Amino acid sequence: MANKLILSFIPYAEIQKMESSQRVKKILDIILTGKIVILQGKLEAIEESGLIQATMALVGRIKGFRGVELAVINPESEQALFEKIKMGIAKVLAGNRYALTIIGPASIVKEIKRDPKKIELMLKN
Amino acid sequence: MVIRIIKNFFSRIFLDIFRRRKDFSLGFYGPPNAGKTSLANKLCKDWTGEEIGKVSKIPHETRNIQFKEKVEIEYKGKKLTLKLIDTPGIATKIDYEDFMKHGLGKKESQTRAKEATHGVIDAIKWLDDVDAVVVVVDATQNPYSQVNITIVGNLLARKIPVLIVGNKIDLRKADIKRIEAAFPEYDVVGISVKFGKNMEEFYESLFSLAKKV
Repeated sequence: MANKLILSFIPYAEIQKMESSQRVKKILDIILTGKIVILQGKLEAIEESGLIQATMALVGRIKGFRGVELAVINPESEQALFEKIKMGIAKVLAGNRYALTIIGPASIVKEIKRDPKKIELMLKN
Repeated sequence: MVIRIIKNFFSRIFLDIFRRRKDFSLGFYGPPNAGKTSLANKLCKDWTGEEIGKVSKIPHETRNIQFKEKVEIEYKGKKLTLKLIDTPGIATKIDYEDFMKHGLGKKESQTRAKEATHGVIDAIKWLDDVDAVVVVVDATQNPYSQVNITIVGNLLARKIPVLIVGNKIDLRKADIKRIEAAFPEYDVVGISVKFGKNMEEFYESLFSLAKKV
């Protein structure tokens, strides 16, 4: 039987009004079902470290859970100054939804190779 | 006699002011096996004669926060007194089976993994208690790893001054330019702790970092 890989998409609107702890919980709840999360936008840096802490607290407690692999593609980092200013205004109006975050369980995703413009997912056999 | 004591007292105060002597806590952060403890050991050994912790080729050797108080560094007439805080490597995944590949037994690997997860949690907690941070990355590895970005992002959010150190420049695969390109807003220094290479530039950058505290 062929192996199935499920990608779960979370639109930015779905997490926009959530508190940090709720965002982290939502992501981890999906990860623990063995799915890969594609999040529109990105977590704040402090939320990311909160996600790492929550992940580490679960390693060893949940059978087979070894942690997560995550990567963010952020179009801002490669933009010219004018574009960044424009994006800054847009971000105020629309929120930080221009980035794309990929988070997968480490039991499925071996490695995420990240360059400024591409993400490569290396899956476990 | 009394006059001499008073004179000495005031000259000490003035000397301290004009030498801009600064005391602050300096954290060492980064992914596992980048050389955080090796660099902290180098500083401790050079200036106190003692080491801060053990190093190993097996990842997550440092699983507790390690301290060294009052490390006095004197360089080109300038003086710094530091509290060094060496932290466990930050990772998003820890698999005990990876330790078994390094020759550890199953039970020992599981214990090491458990301690390592606690170490990561503690390292992140300690971000609130450092005045400045040296982020140590392995210069042979891809600097765009999310762990590096998360650490630097957290320091930026907390307004903590950062110096990025690319260790292992003695290795052929090392690429400091790639680290500079990944973190263009930061001071990046390439060193080899193992061979003591480029430590002068590191100390220069450390004193520049002290000015931002």
